[in-house]
Amino acid sequence: MNLDLIAIVLQTVLLLVLAPLVSGCIKNWKAKLQNRRGPRIWQPYFDIVKFLRKDMVISEHASWVFSAAPYVVFISSLLVGLMVPMLTTQAPLSLFGGALAVIGLLALGRFFLALGGLDPASAFGGMGSSREMTIAAIAEPALMLAIFTVAITAGSTDLSHIVAVGQGPTWKLLNPAHLMAFAALFIVLLAETGRIPVDNPATHLELTMIHEAMLLEYSGRYLAFMEWGASIKQLMLMTLLVNIFLPVGLAADSSMASLGLALGVFLFKIVVLSGAVVVVETVNAKLRLFRVPDLLSAAFVLATLALLSTFLFQ
Amino acid sequence: MEHLPNFLLSLALGGYVFGSFCGLLCLRHEKAANGLAFGLASASALTGIGAALAFLLGGSATQTVSFNLLPPLIPYVQFAVRLDALGAFFVLVLSVVALAISIFSLGYVRGFYGRKSVGVLGAFYNALLLATTLVFTAGNAFFFLIAWEIMALTAYCLVSFEHEKDETRRAGVLYFVMSHIGTGCIMLGFLLLFQAFGQASGDYGPAAYSFENFHSLGEKMAAGPRNAAFLLFLVGFGVKAGIVPLHPWLPAAHPVAPSNVSAFLSGVLIKTGIYGMTRVFFDFLGAPPMWWGATVLSVGTVSAVLGVLYALMQHDLKRLLAYHSIENIGIILMGFGASLLFLHSGHPLLATLALVAGLYHTINHAMFKALLFLGAGAVLHATHTRDMEHLGGLAKRMPKTAFFFLIGAVAISALPPLNGFVSEWLTYQSLLQGFGTTTSLFRLMFPLSGAMLALTGALAAACFVKAFGITFLAQPRSDHAAHAHEASPTMLVGQGILTAVCVFLGLFPTLFLRLLDPVTSQLTSHEISNQLSTANGLVLSGGVPDGGTVWTLGIAVLGVCLLAVPFLFWLFFARGSKVRIGPTWDCGLKGLTPKMEYTATGFSKPIRMIFKALFRPRREVQREYDYSPYFTKTLRFEAHVEEVFETRIYRPLNRMVLRLSRRMRALQAGSIQAYLIYIFITLLLLLLFAL
Repeated sequence: MNLDLIAIVLQTVLLLVLAPLVSGCIKNWKAKLQNRRGPRIWQPYFDIVKFLRKDMVISEHASWVFSAAPYVVFISSLLVGLMVPMLTTQAPLSLFGGALAVIGLLALGRFFLALGGLDPASAFGGMGSSREMTIAAIAEPALMLAIFTVAITAGSTDLSHIVAVGQGPTWKLLNPAHLMAFAALFIVLLAETGRIPVDNPATHLELTMIHEAMLLEYSGRYLAFMEWGASIKQLMLMTLLVNIFLPVGLAADSSMASLGLALGVFLFKIVVLSGAVVVVETVNAKLRLFRVPDLLSAAFVLATLALLSTFLFQ
Repeated sequence: MEHLPNFLLSLALGGYVFGSFCGLLCLRHEKAANGLAFGLASASALTGIGAALAFLLGGSATQTVSFNLLPPLIPYVQFAVRLDALGAFFVLVLSVVALAISIFSLGYVRGFYGRKSVGVLGAFYNALLLATTLVFTAGNAFFFLIAWEIMALTAYCLVSFEHEKDETRRAGVLYFVMSHIGTGCIMLGFLLLFQAFGQASGDYGPAAYSFENFHSLGEKMAAGPRNAAFLLFLVGFGVKAGIVPLHPWLPAAHPVAPSNVSAFLSGVLIKTGIYGMTRVFFDFLGAPPMWWGATVLSVGTVSAVLGVLYALMQHDLKRLLAYHSIENIGIILMGFGASLLFLHSGHPLLATLALVAGLYHTINHAMFKALLFLGAGAVLHATHTRDMEHLGGLAKRMPKTAFFFLIGAVAISALPPLNGFVSEWLTYQSLLQGFGTTTSLFRLMFPLSGAMLALTGALAAACFVKAFGITFLAQPRSDHAAHAHEASPTMLVGQGILTAVCVFLGLFPTLFLRLLDPVTSQLTSHEISNQLSTANGLVLSGGVPDGGTVWTLGIAVLGVCLLAVPFLFWLFFARGSKVRIGPTWDCGLKGLTPKMEYTATGFSKPIRMIFKALFRPRREVQREYDYSPYFTKTLRFEAHVEEVFETRIYRPLNRMVLRLSRRMRALQAGSIQAYLIYIFITLLLLLLFAL
């Protein structure tokens, strides 16, 4: 077994640097599209540094779980980031686990995030936790089915292997199964990253908030790690989407030229996907909480159809 | 060396018998009864672990160890104990759980001093351990049924231990009745096997009941009796295992028993159903037809999803855990169902993989469920309530119990890197690879079951956020919870053992899988632990080349290493920042009270609304106000969830049986003449029948 330490370190750095930028870009472009000036795209970096420097206020009711949660969220996001192929076809940690481990680690982060929301005894936090876990529960089958569809075609749950098969000659880009699975995963992406129409990332202190409600009692560096972890998670889900379904341009070797090219292609794909997210967020209104299951069951149906069509068109 | 398992097993059995007598002898000396009964149980469990490990690690797989426990007192019945690989695996599960529970009990039963007879509890507890061990090691059907009945009866006595409560008595009777319906089915199933062996060999003697002769008997049976036997065993063992819709006794009986007993019931006793199914489906009945596997897979999927959905609606901590047992039995059966389907389609390696997934989940569930029940027991011991709406804030008052419970919650929610994740990963892998085994539309069952498993996992995580969050976090919701105290050292040791086992099974799956090799080589004649590990045996792999790998130990270790990242950021930016303890933000009110916290019922409300077609929630709100509904003087709120299976199946069934019995009563009029006529008519009918 050879663990490529350099690859691990490089991808970690890339994740840490790129994730806030993607969040910043989405926020900025959304504002532009809505005829506002919006914050600079670098704003999330300033936010993180500011949060890191600030003093913390911890609730008197909170226990050690409250303090453990930011680290679990942050680390599990980083681990996920190292398991998904970003620039190279071989993810640094592909041996550590594939699609199932990715889903599991995201769930681990969410588990502790929800516990952290409950711990300070505020009703807002409990509400956020309850909704987060509910939405995750109904998004999970769609996510799993969509991943299964790809994994069945590739014959593996190993993401690096899936990407490698995707670059091979047997892969059909416009396969209806993949298109439908892509659509299903896109809906799951909106739900999992707390985007309109499921959750509103810009809201604070409204009864509709989900993710922000859980973070309400966090401050200082805990808040920094929570926000950072969330943006890494968002980047990873987007990477999963673009690299599994459009596995073009990933570097097969580790020469500087191919890595540079891969970075360019990757950034382009992420920019396009972020644009799609921005458009969806701008033209839609937030759904009522009990309409969200309809959206997610649409994702589930799409994923089921995707699976059926792998069966039909084989 | 080959006598070692034999010797250790006899020692363990003897220890349980001795412990049982000690409990009865010391009825008046509570402390002595506690120490002797549970001390002996711990020692016996330890030797039981030794026996199982000695068997599984030494010796070849086909070899079995057998001896007669008693001389054949009754003609035809031999008390033959026979340890084979499958039995040894289940004895291992039992003994590890029993060890932890017995140590926990040393502290826990002190709560019964002066209230209840500890000696009786200890005696029945040891008898239950003895009977369950014998169920796993019985060498013939007669002895198996005897052990099975002793187990059911002792379990009934333990469930009804606190019989002064109405709820307990009702649950005990329900358990008793349903358990015997199951036993009836099992008896009929064994009779079919007995008949088949007799017909095939002409020998209707005691040999026709021995498990050795039942091996692969199914191939000699006609399709009719064989399918009948499958269904009878599925129902019979299904009742014990608690599959939907045969489950209602389980969430009734497990919560009312003393917590140490609940842990054993949920951890091990329901596994006797799983043991029976494994024994019968894989050892006795031979190559399965397609619909067996499809049935078991569907039953498993339905049990898993419904189990967790009902679990979410509970706010009684132990009842919630009991419903999760149904869910996990479902997950185990998903593995078994897939395995039967693969056996049918001629993929023995995949069948072995799916079987391993099921067996792995069996031991995992035994460990984390026992752990969680012990945690619930510690909470009950400290606060005297099982109702989560009265708990809260215990993480500060019982930090060690909270930690152990959290580990159990993470494990049961199938989150990496703990053991629940590993066995569900194996289940996913076998379901995923199942897609390629057939070309019929049936193969869609595999990914759809996988999606339902994902739903189950996510709902389980939601449920354990609720169970842990509402019970242990935030402010205490009652005085009992506010004055809770940490559990006693023995109780913590008991929980600690199970926590350690959960972590071990999660981080070192490839080491543990070697123990399953003898079991699978007995049942499917394949050993798979080598295929399931790559990279110098460190990494768990999906069994086929490029199928996917997972390395939980690596995830854990690297996760700890990655803590360096936040540490570095702290070093560079946050070293000067201070931490202040302050009140939770209260929207400018005069501080938060526990009444403002989210409740267990509130937490699961979104799920109740989404699945309202299933739950049929009903709520009643009564307000009293003078001027405007916005200024309410009093408010009464009541919410219910319908238990569909009880109201739609069991109650109508119950009514029907009662009506039928009332009709039958007319026959029994009490007059001698009528009875004479009955006898005469029966005689006539018999004569006609004989002609």
